[in-house]
Amino acid sequence: MTTPYVQVQGLAKTYGNVRAVDGVDLSLDEGRTAAIIGSSGCGKSTFLRCLNLLESPTSGTMRIGSHTLRYEGDELVDGKSDSLLYRKQMAMVFQSFELFPHMTALRNVSLAPIVVNGTERQRAEAEAIALLDMMGLKDKADQRPGQLSGGQAQRVAIARALAMNPRVLLFDEATSALDPELVGEVLEVMKGLAREGRTMLVVTHELAFAREAADEVFFFDQGRVAESGPPEELFTNPKTERLAAFLQRYQHSAPR
Amino acid sequence: MNYAFDWSVVLRPEAWLNAIGVTLAYGIATTLAGLVIGLLLGLILISGFRAGRWAVNVFIGIFRCTPALIQIVWFYYAFPMVLSVNMPAWLAAGCGLTFYMAAFSAEIFRGGIESIERGQWYASRSLCLPYWKTMYYVILPQTFRRMTAPIVNQSIIQFKNTSLLSVVSVHDIMYTANGITAATYRPLEVFTFAALLYIVLIWPLATIAVRFERAMNQKNTI
Repeated sequence: MTTPYVQVQGLAKTYGNVRAVDGVDLSLDEGRTAAIIGSSGCGKSTFLRCLNLLESPTSGTMRIGSHTLRYEGDELVDGKSDSLLYRKQMAMVFQSFELFPHMTALRNVSLAPIVVNGTERQRAEAEAIALLDMMGLKDKADQRPGQLSGGQAQRVAIARALAMNPRVLLFDEATSALDPELVGEVLEVMKGLAREGRTMLVVTHELAFAREAADEVFFFDQGRVAESGPPEELFTNPKTERLAAFLQRYQHSAPR
Repeated sequence: MNYAFDWSVVLRPEAWLNAIGVTLAYGIATTLAGLVIGLLLGLILISGFRAGRWAVNVFIGIFRCTPALIQIVWFYYAFPMVLSVNMPAWLAAGCGLTFYMAAFSAEIFRGGIESIERGQWYASRSLCLPYWKTMYYVILPQTFRRMTAPIVNQSIIQFKNTSLLSVVSVHDIMYTANGITAATYRPLEVFTFAALLYIVLIWPLATIAVRFERAMNQKNTI
């Protein structure tokens, strides 16, 4: 068996007395898509933010590729010199897009390659145009985020993430802030990326997406992975009562 | 009112032109210098540098809570004594006003930077932008746009406050008006004319700034 590309062991994040993430173990092979599901407040978004170092974990070990970070007592104890390279392995897509509102779509996508990687401006912009084209947004390159629909904005955000050539893509409830009729266009893009063989971790409420596009599903409950496995198995035959109850609640709310 | 106006007393083009130049020079220089220092202080205020934050807070407290007039007089007469240096008078006169502007604009910048959504920081960090690049490319441009109105407001106040410099013999509009009044005993005409000069100088500044702000807002509707 190969070693997984993403490996998390005993990850915990506490805020004061609240254990938002409480000992998560998770691993994912290269080229595979993991869906992370669970009710609000189960720690799935916090987990993703910890993985991307947007929050500093309280304790635990996270490895992506050959870069390993170990946290203990709210401090990074191992891998300090590696943390930038570690983060560069990933790019994140956010629930509320978080595009830079004062920049055009093109600038949003090309900024980080230019100022972080030192890519020549002309090349970075050509690559950005190609990515926007891939998202079906070539004609929106000169528009600002305020002039785009939610679905278009989120696709620009996906292009922005791809522009950094990440090995792992993180999606933090990428469709939750969208109008229902715009969810589909973003999910289609995400499915396409999964089919391409991208390594993806997708925090989502879209169970249909998890079932169709994910290779592996992790059900979070109270800051832990309560159950994980291939989607068919989890959705048709939940082993824990919590997952069964969760699935039932979702089937009653309108499925898309 | 039984008063015979004599507007001929204000017909002193060289004196006024010189005064307008001095007022504009002090207005622009102390506003810009104050904004730059204020931005630096604002950046310290939101930094993790504790001693720096404390020092800046003391600075702001002192300069916001004392009258601008006292600051001008103090910097003009006392500051060179304290440092026992020979400061040129024009510089000493401008120091008080500059720091006054810096103290108020530091708070404007701090509030502006803190008003930018956390998500913008998250997105930048996720893209591996270092702190200062995030500040330069992402946070500050949005801060400037959002803070245009209070910055313009403070700049207008600053421009008018240059009239206080007349007490330390800076030959600005106010000083010139005082001088002409003393020579002609015609305060009504002279000070009315001086007031008009301030309006003519400041009004266009304010209008341009408002237009600029509107244009920016239209570009950025979210």
